[in-house]
Amino acid sequence: MPPVYRGPFGKPQAERLLWRAGFGPRPGEAERLAKLGLEGAVHSLLRPGRDRLKGPRPHDDSGHKLSPYDRWGHDQLWWLDRMVRTTKPLHERMTLVWHDWFATSRAGVDSAKLMLRQNQLFRRIGLNSFPALLMEVTRDPAMLLWLSGVDNQKGSPNENYARELMELFTLGADRGAYTEHDVREQARALTGFRYTWSNNLGPIKFRFDNSRHDTGYKRIFGKRGRYDWRDSCRLCVHHRLHPSFFVTKLWGYFVPTPPRAATKRSLERLYVTSGYEIAPVVAAILRHPALYTGPRMVKSPAVYLAGMLRGLGRGIDTEAWTWLMSLAGQQLFYPPNVAGWDDTRWLDTATFRARWEIAGYALRPKLVKDGDRHVPHKAGELVSRAQAVLGRPTLTPQTEHVLEHFARRSLADANQHWKKDAYPPLIENALRQLLASAPDLQTS
Amino acid sequence: MTRSSCHHCDEFSRLSLLRRGAAEAGRGLPAIERGMPTPAGTGLDRRGFVAGAFGLALSVYGLGKLKLFEDGIARAASGPAQPVLVSVFLPGGADSLSVLYPALDPNYKKLRPTLALPESAGPVFAEDTRLHWHPSLQPFATLHAEGKVSVMPAIGYAHPDQSHFTSRHFWEVGATDARLTSGWMGRYLDHHGTNDNPLQGLSLDYQLQPSLASQRVPVASLAAPDQYTFGAPGVWGQVETRMLEALTALGARRSDPFLDQAAKATKQSDRLRRQLAPFAKNSGNGFGSPVPYPDVDSDFPRQLSGLAAMLAANLPVRCVAITAPGEYDTHSDQPQALADGLDVTARTLFAFQRDLEARGLANRVLTLVWSEFGRRGEENGSGTDHGAAGSAFLIGERARGTMVGEFPGLANGLDEDGNLRPTSDFRGVYSGLLEQWLGADASAVIPSAKSFARPALVK
Repeated sequence: MPPVYRGPFGKPQAERLLWRAGFGPRPGEAERLAKLGLEGAVHSLLRPGRDRLKGPRPHDDSGHKLSPYDRWGHDQLWWLDRMVRTTKPLHERMTLVWHDWFATSRAGVDSAKLMLRQNQLFRRIGLNSFPALLMEVTRDPAMLLWLSGVDNQKGSPNENYARELMELFTLGADRGAYTEHDVREQARALTGFRYTWSNNLGPIKFRFDNSRHDTGYKRIFGKRGRYDWRDSCRLCVHHRLHPSFFVTKLWGYFVPTPPRAATKRSLERLYVTSGYEIAPVVAAILRHPALYTGPRMVKSPAVYLAGMLRGLGRGIDTEAWTWLMSLAGQQLFYPPNVAGWDDTRWLDTATFRARWEIAGYALRPKLVKDGDRHVPHKAGELVSRAQAVLGRPTLTPQTEHVLEHFARRSLADANQHWKKDAYPPLIENALRQLLASAPDLQTS
Repeated sequence: MTRSSCHHCDEFSRLSLLRRGAAEAGRGLPAIERGMPTPAGTGLDRRGFVAGAFGLALSVYGLGKLKLFEDGIARAASGPAQPVLVSVFLPGGADSLSVLYPALDPNYKKLRPTLALPESAGPVFAEDTRLHWHPSLQPFATLHAEGKVSVMPAIGYAHPDQSHFTSRHFWEVGATDARLTSGWMGRYLDHHGTNDNPLQGLSLDYQLQPSLASQRVPVASLAAPDQYTFGAPGVWGQVETRMLEALTALGARRSDPFLDQAAKATKQSDRLRRQLAPFAKNSGNGFGSPVPYPDVDSDFPRQLSGLAAMLAANLPVRCVAITAPGEYDTHSDQPQALADGLDVTARTLFAFQRDLEARGLANRVLTLVWSEFGRRGEENGSGTDHGAAGSAFLIGERARGTMVGEFPGLANGLDEDGNLRPTSDFRGVYSGLLEQWLGADASAVIPSAKSFARPALVK
């Protein structure tokens, strides 16, 4: 079995677990989870019961219900709301993992309905069996449109899905797992999906049609058979290089540094002996010492934003998140390409500024107004109040020092009578902005 | 500078840009003539202009103590004018057999029964009359006739990889090495850039273009040069100035590697904010481009007109990377998708070239247009699958204007997978650009640089 973390499990560890396996703690949640201990905490994430969606209901800027099927950007708001209000954070996080793994973009699907249908699939079976998930994804309408599955017909094979199935979903490129010949033969095996065109509804009735399927012999990974799409998926999952691809890729969603060889081997064994189940591998990663003692991890924009709203106790109440998320480099339902988002490059000068904007928008409803006389005049109290507003995240001493230094200097600037009253609210607002965009909150 | 005004000016400038574009649509691009008004920023003493602009901005922010930094930027900007290299990526693998198509080759119609373009559709390519320009590339044909485009009709590398990600990665890192993590322009900057100038490597994008990924020196990415400000709601005046000082302090080094990654992003953003302060002040006024850019639903024209304005203001930009508009992974519905993408791309690059000429900057800038591969010789019905050799273009007044490698033809020019064979290697082109344009030692940047033939690229 892979090693298990044996160190102390207090608030900082519980906080990290909630950020890596979900969307961060609500106020007080990390303290409560810490009391359960590591085993109890991981168990509670894996078996959370029914999703009760806690917190304010979502609405748009005019106070209307979201229309994820019809209004531009509401698909993304709908999902962000799930992330913010869920009581099953790991299941929601896995939905995001699979959205990145099987990255499908609405840019090529052109139907919010089909995108959300795929999204619900990830939510429903995202912690069950990987081969079952892979087959559902292979015949998922959004995927069939996105990677040309419906254009792949007997006599004129389209290699788009066949290639990505192996390169990105199950085996990986440049590992000697497959050849260009395998790509072409897999494409033949995957022929036969079609839909019916409706003038009102667009593509409907996605199905496998044997008359469009190439029923001839194919040679894939050196084996010969009259393979179809199910065989195509099975051959990939049972390929000797699949378990190593699967556990390494999955690990990368939770821990930023690659697993050691021994850990990798034991995760592969666990995956295979469990019958290619996802949950046991996820549980082993969440218990692994590397998650608690290793370096921090940069949050993706979705995790950063949803987590900040959870900490603030704020629901989805503005459409601004739609354009702010795309500025930050992660427009949900629009991954940049079929390889998903690049988790090693979330932060640069453009996306950092977008996160600064996100922080400002998130803080806006709780803004301290000019002339508010209840704001304290002491640096330490001002910093403490800013921390409280954001759910009291654990900070590095270096960041605390910068915040206190800023508060002290600014209070010292208030050397005229009018400034003594005017500055504390401004300082308090600036502290919240700095804290929300500090390196401590960009990472977990 | 509050957040709301920033958002609104974003909307506003977009709107005003659209309006201006509409007002000028249909007029076409003006010829560059003597006696045109001198564009803003030219003629001023470089050091004076930059230092003056920063002095203004710095006094607004009260960051007078950063005199040294101010001097650093001014120094970088007031040195001899540096050559600039712009990399434009056509994402998805643009079909080289449509970009320059062999109209009369009998194999062409056999391989492309539905997709073959008629001979009369696009202008003939003067250097090899077997080929015609894609109709959307008329602007390239015009620049080529002026001697400002070098064409690489079949560029690639041996043992082509047909994965988008792997092949694109090879081009970005400048080697067929899947493990290299720094970009080829990033490595050039590591050797020849400085520690205090993020603008030297400029990703005109919402995120960093991997070809600019450096290991030692800072580089920047920004979508629009005029909106790089850091306001906060309910914060103004002296407190805002202190807040921005604290932002600088949050960028200080950290021991945890990923905390440090966030701190680095903070620090570089903070520097960039100060470098771009002069543009922030003019927000909403556009970039004073002397020529109109295409009025289309794309960031590309605005990004390139912004780049021309930044170069005109002597900001110390050296390598730029940007993704072209359009979707070139044309497995299906190829004709429309390809024509649309190439149209916006070519018209914008044409406007950019005319803009540089009008501003007197044309001898400083070369633009390389490339894609990760070409597409399969044989069509699949309504599109084409991944192929091997693609096409690339080097544009600029100083581009040599002669073809690099030849078109291998369809009779013998396809490999055993039915894909176009390369007649030039991208690493040779990179090495040539490093040596002939950037004056650098290619072997310090491109692995095994010596083994690649150098085409003559610059005149």
